[in-house]
Amino acid sequence: MSRAQVLSGAVVRNPTGSVSARIDLRAAAVTLVLVLLALAIALHSLASGDFEIPLPDVVRTLLGQETGGAKFIVLDLRLPRTLTALLVGAALGVSGAIFQSLTRNPLGSPDFIGLTIGASTGALLVILVLNGSTNQIALGALLGCAATAVAIYLLAYRRGAQSFRLILVGIGIGAMLDAFNSFLITRARLDEAVGAQVWLIGTLNGRSWDQVRPLLLAVIVLLPLAFWQSRHLNMLSLGDETATALGVPVERTRGLLFACAVALAAVATSAAGPIAFVALAAPQLAIRVTRSAGSGLASSAAMGALLLVASDWVAQRALPSGPVPVGIATGLLGGAYLCWLLVHEWRKGR
Amino acid sequence: MSRLRAEGLTLSYDQRVVTENLGVTVPDGSFTVIVGPNACGKSTLLKALARLLGPKAGQVYLDEKAIGSYSSKQVAHRLGMLPQTPIAPNGITVGDLVARGRYAHQSLLRQWSKEDEAVVVEAMEQTSVHELAKRYVGELSGGQRQRVWLAMALAQQTPILLLDEPTTYLDITHQVEVLDLCADLHEQGRTLVAVLHDLNLATRYATHLIAMREGRIVAEGDPGRIVTAEMVEQTFGLKCRVIPDPETGTPLIIPVDRAARRSGVGATLG
Repeated sequence: MSRAQVLSGAVVRNPTGSVSARIDLRAAAVTLVLVLLALAIALHSLASGDFEIPLPDVVRTLLGQETGGAKFIVLDLRLPRTLTALLVGAALGVSGAIFQSLTRNPLGSPDFIGLTIGASTGALLVILVLNGSTNQIALGALLGCAATAVAIYLLAYRRGAQSFRLILVGIGIGAMLDAFNSFLITRARLDEAVGAQVWLIGTLNGRSWDQVRPLLLAVIVLLPLAFWQSRHLNMLSLGDETATALGVPVERTRGLLFACAVALAAVATSAAGPIAFVALAAPQLAIRVTRSAGSGLASSAAMGALLLVASDWVAQRALPSGPVPVGIATGLLGGAYLCWLLVHEWRKGR
Repeated sequence: MSRLRAEGLTLSYDQRVVTENLGVTVPDGSFTVIVGPNACGKSTLLKALARLLGPKAGQVYLDEKAIGSYSSKQVAHRLGMLPQTPIAPNGITVGDLVARGRYAHQSLLRQWSKEDEAVVVEAMEQTSVHELAKRYVGELSGGQRQRVWLAMALAQQTPILLLDEPTTYLDITHQVEVLDLCADLHEQGRTLVAVLHDLNLATRYATHLIAMREGRIVAEGDPGRIVTAEMVEQTFGLKCRVIPDPETGTPLIIPVDRAARRSGVGATLG
C-alpha cells in the first residue's frame, strides 16, 4: 500500500501494477468501527431479554456448539429479529445513499419520494382488503413499492430523469398514496386498523426464519451489485454532461442504480414496515463521520445497520414505557443524532 | 478528412428547434472557436458534437463513424468536453477531481495505475494546479477552479477537446491565462473547439473561426481573412470598425460610437 501523491487516501497495487485499488483510509476505518459496534449491540441483544443468556453461551450457540434451551432462544427466537434489524438497516442505508447521490439532495430518500408510502399502500391493501398472511403482506409491500417506483420514473422522465423533478413527482405521488392509505384505515374495522397502524410504524416483532431467508438472499445479491456500481455513482455526482464526457454511460448507470435502490427499499420495507428516518439519516451521518466526498455506500450500510440494531435495542429494553415498535426509536435516535451533528457543524462555522 | 464533423444536423430542445440542417467540419489540428450572439445555437452545436445532445436529424461523425455507434468510453478516449458550468461534488479535493478525468482508462480491477498517477501529475503541472492537490475545490478562486477543470479534461488524454465558454465568469487576466493554456495545448497537437463570447480574444487565439447566427453558420475560416465589419454586423447586428490588433495583427473589433451608430455612419469604415 502506498500513499498517493495527488489523491486523498491510499492505493494498493500488485507487483506488476496490472491490478490496483483505491482505498479511502478514514472511510474504511470508520466503516470497520461501525460494523464492530453494530455486531456488539447485536450480540448484546441476543444475550439479553426476559431470559438472560451469558455472552459466551451466545457465541457458542452461534458457532453451533450449544444445544438445548439456549439454542432455541438464541437461534429461533432472537437471531431472526436481530438479523432482520441488521439487514434492513444496511439495505435502507444503501438505498438512501444511492437515492441521495442520484438526486444530489438529502430529501431524495426513499421515505420522502413516496417509495415507502407506496409499499405501505401495497401492504395495507393486503391487510385490510385481502386479509392476507404475513408473507402476503410482505409481497404486497414489495409490489406497492415497485409500482410506485415505476410510476415516479415514468412521470419524471423527460430527456433523462432529472433529479429535482424526480423528488417533486415522488412527493406528489407520496401525498396521494398517503391520503389513500388514510382512507383505507378509516374504512377498516377497529382491530384491523390497529394492526395496520402497527405495521405502518415499522416493527421487528415476531420475525421468523421464513421472513429472514428471502431478505438475506436479496441483500446478498443487491448490496454487492450496489457496491460494484459505486465508482460510476461517484462519477454521476459531476453532473450528467461531465460524466458523459468522461465516458460514463449515464442513462444505463442511473437506471441500474435506481432499480437497485428501489429493490433494496422494497425488500427492507416489506420485511419490517416503513421504518422511519434510517434511509435519510444513515447516509448523512456516514458522510459526516467519514468526511468523504464519495457516495459512501459501504459506510452508509454499516451506519444503517448500527442505527437500526441500536434503535431496536432501545425500543425493546431501554424505554420506561415498555417495548414499542422500532420505528418510533429510529425517529428519535436518528433525528436527535442528526440534529446534534448539524448544530455542531454550524457552531464550527462550516 | 476531418476527425470530427457533422452533417445535416437538426437540434432541438423539446419542441424548440435551435438549428436545422447544419453542417460543420472541425479541421484537424485546429484551434476552432465558435462565436455568435446569445442563443444562436453555438453551445447547442458543441453539445451535439460531444454527443451530450442527440440530434433530431443528421449525424455527427467521429473518425468517419457515427458518434452514436461508439460506446461512451470509446468516445471518451478520443474526444473530451468541458461543459460551461461543471458541478464539483461536495467536499472533493483538487487531486481527486482531476483524477476523475481518468475514468475512461480505468476499470474495477484497475482503479489507479502508475500511468494514471503520472498523467494526472502532468496535467496538474501543465495547468499549474499541482500545489493545490490537497485543497478543497470549493475553497478555490474562479480562475484556479477553471484550471482544475481543464486539468481534469487534460487527464482524459484525448486528441480532441471541446470547451464550452471556458472563460465565463473570469476577469481579463484569467481569461488570457486560460486561453494561453489552450493555445499551448493546441501547439502540442490537440484539436481544440471552444465557444467564446469575447470576439477580440476569439480572433486572437483561433486558427479557425465559425460565426453563427440563429442556428446558421454565417462565416467560417481563418479569422484574419473572414472577420470584417460587414461580417460582424451580419452576425451580431453591431456596427463596428475592424482594425489590426496592434499586438498580434489579428482583427480587432471596435464598436462604433453611439452617436455615429445613430446617424448610421461607420459600418463601412475600416
